Amino acid sequence: MYLNQLRPFLTVSLMALAVACGGPTEKGGQAPAAPPANARRVDQSKAGNVTGHVTIEGTVPRNPPIQIDGDPYCRQQNPNGATAENFVVDGAGLENVFVYVKDGLGDYWFDVPTEPVKLDQHACRYQPHVLGVRTGQKLAISNSDDTLHNVHAVAAANREWNKGQSLKNIVDEKVFTKPEVMVRFKCDVHNWMQAFVGVLDHPYFAVTRHGGKFELKDLPAGTYTVEAWHEKLGSQTQTVTLGEKESKELNFMFKSAAASSN
Amino acid sequence: MIWLNRYAKLVAASTLLLIAAGGMVTSTGSGLSVPDWPNTYGWFMFTFPMSKWVGGIRYEHTHRLIAGTVGFLTIILAIWTWRVEPRVWVRRLGVAALGAVILQGLLGGLTVILLLPPAVSIGHAALAQLFFCITVTLALVTSPSWIAGARSLTDPMLPRITLATTTLVYCQILIGATMRHIGAGLAIPTFPLVFGHLLPPDWTTAIGVHFAHRVGAVMVLAAVSLTAAHIWHWHRPQRDLIRPATVLFLLVCSQATLGALVVMSALQPIINTAHVVNGALVLATSLVLTLRVFRRTLQQPVMVDAKTSRRTDIPLLDKDLREVRG
Repeated sequence: MYLNQLRPFLTVSLMALAVACGGPTEKGGQAPAAPPANARRVDQSKAGNVTGHVTIEGTVPRNPPIQIDGDPYCRQQNPNGATAENFVVDGAGLENVFVYVKDGLGDYWFDVPTEPVKLDQHACRYQPHVLGVRTGQKLAISNSDDTLHNVHAVAAANREWNKGQSLKNIVDEKVFTKPEVMVRFKCDVHNWMQAFVGVLDHPYFAVTRHGGKFELKDLPAGTYTVEAWHEKLGSQTQTVTLGEKESKELNFMFKSAAASSN
Repeated sequence: MIWLNRYAKLVAASTLLLIAAGGMVTSTGSGLSVPDWPNTYGWFMFTFPMSKWVGGIRYEHTHRLIAGTVGFLTIILAIWTWRVEPRVWVRRLGVAALGAVILQGLLGGLTVILLLPPAVSIGHAALAQLFFCITVTLALVTSPSWIAGARSLTDPMLPRITLATTTLVYCQILIGATMRHIGAGLAIPTFPLVFGHLLPPDWTTAIGVHFAHRVGAVMVLAAVSLTAAHIWHWHRPQRDLIRPATVLFLLVCSQATLGALVVMSALQPIINTAHVVNGALVLATSLVLTLRVFRRTLQQPVMVDAKTSRRTDIPLLDKDLREVRG
């Protein structure tokens, strides 16, 4: 009699169990495809370079302070407080700008590096803050902190994923399969932590460092659209035509007034 | 029976606390700070060490713990109701509460695993309010005053007004949940004007949903004011109607104020959460009022033994009421 009375509970519970056990699984991505037999490759002996630097004009906006109260470990790692990493400026040079060939490469084939690109979580920050990775190349994400992080890749063209890293020195390898500029990485545990990853199917990209300088090496002759992307200032494009073995300089200048509208 | 009623009240109060915890999760953007489900970073939920409750995990994990507790409390409530409650529909309501809380837990897990798709998150928010309504209803209908019966009331307009108000409040909560989960809370960052105008000069989905929530707020305010005024004017001696009507009016005024503060504070998490919790209270109060009105206006009053809760199917007169109430 009681079994009959309990039947509704049992039915609902079994249905719940069935749904709970059928969750999706997470995969890191696909291995890079093999090159076609007639793959066109860049002749290194005839390739040229594009160098330049990215500057910011006007008063550089102040990086807002961030609240690190929620995690004692992070507070300990940042005893003097911390600010956001929106604007990293050396002189007039703007760092953490992702510069890449957006268009003009045609049908060249580029081997995917076997070495993974590294992204570390250290002192409750992503290091580096901006980076690039090739489609099919491994991105090794490590946790050097003695606290928990979740690594949440907010991708649009690629599959969005979220992975917890609860132990120090844990490393997860992920692969993106489609070009995407940029994939935002965030930690939902520590909401100030952000990184930006440019995913491209070719090797012509760089992130401005030391005074806003960049270099795109071993480009074949051709006309290219080059884009410079900044997390707050948006992006700019320029066209450059490169002859065989030619080197050209290409400079980008962002106006800081635009920062307020972004 | 009195203990079942007290327990049902406890479950309803716990559900409100759960809604508050859920509001804090969304307001602080911590929904994905625990990436796995039903475990927490690989730990069984209830054994996850407190030392690891850091950053956004504090909100998400607390929400999960309260949810687990409410789920457990609801299992007991459903079984208890099933075993002691003579009214079939109340027993079924207990089972509905259990089904709703299980489905709610699954939606919560699903939205984490699927990385907060708006449709699932909105469904989670919508079902939370429905589940709260079920627990409030259980607390109401198991109360001694409900069981003792009530005098009938002749006012064909009142059930329509109260039902329309409750439906409107729930629709408004659904729009609010949509606004919250598509990130449109500041799609119109100015208050009371919309970018300096009465109507948005440009329309996007986010602006449309946000604006709909503001229009909905005006409609709810008007509906509640009308309901309260009607009861104050026509049913002043009815304390069981006057009290919820007055509370409802005060709550909806607070809700409008909180809504304005949410925008003006740029989604400050505590104010934002207070808006969510107060919204749930508006819905629950409106529901209580509606149920009492329906009971008194549409149903033939019946006599129920307060001890056994058995219906005697005898029309209840004032004299009988005094006897039942002793």
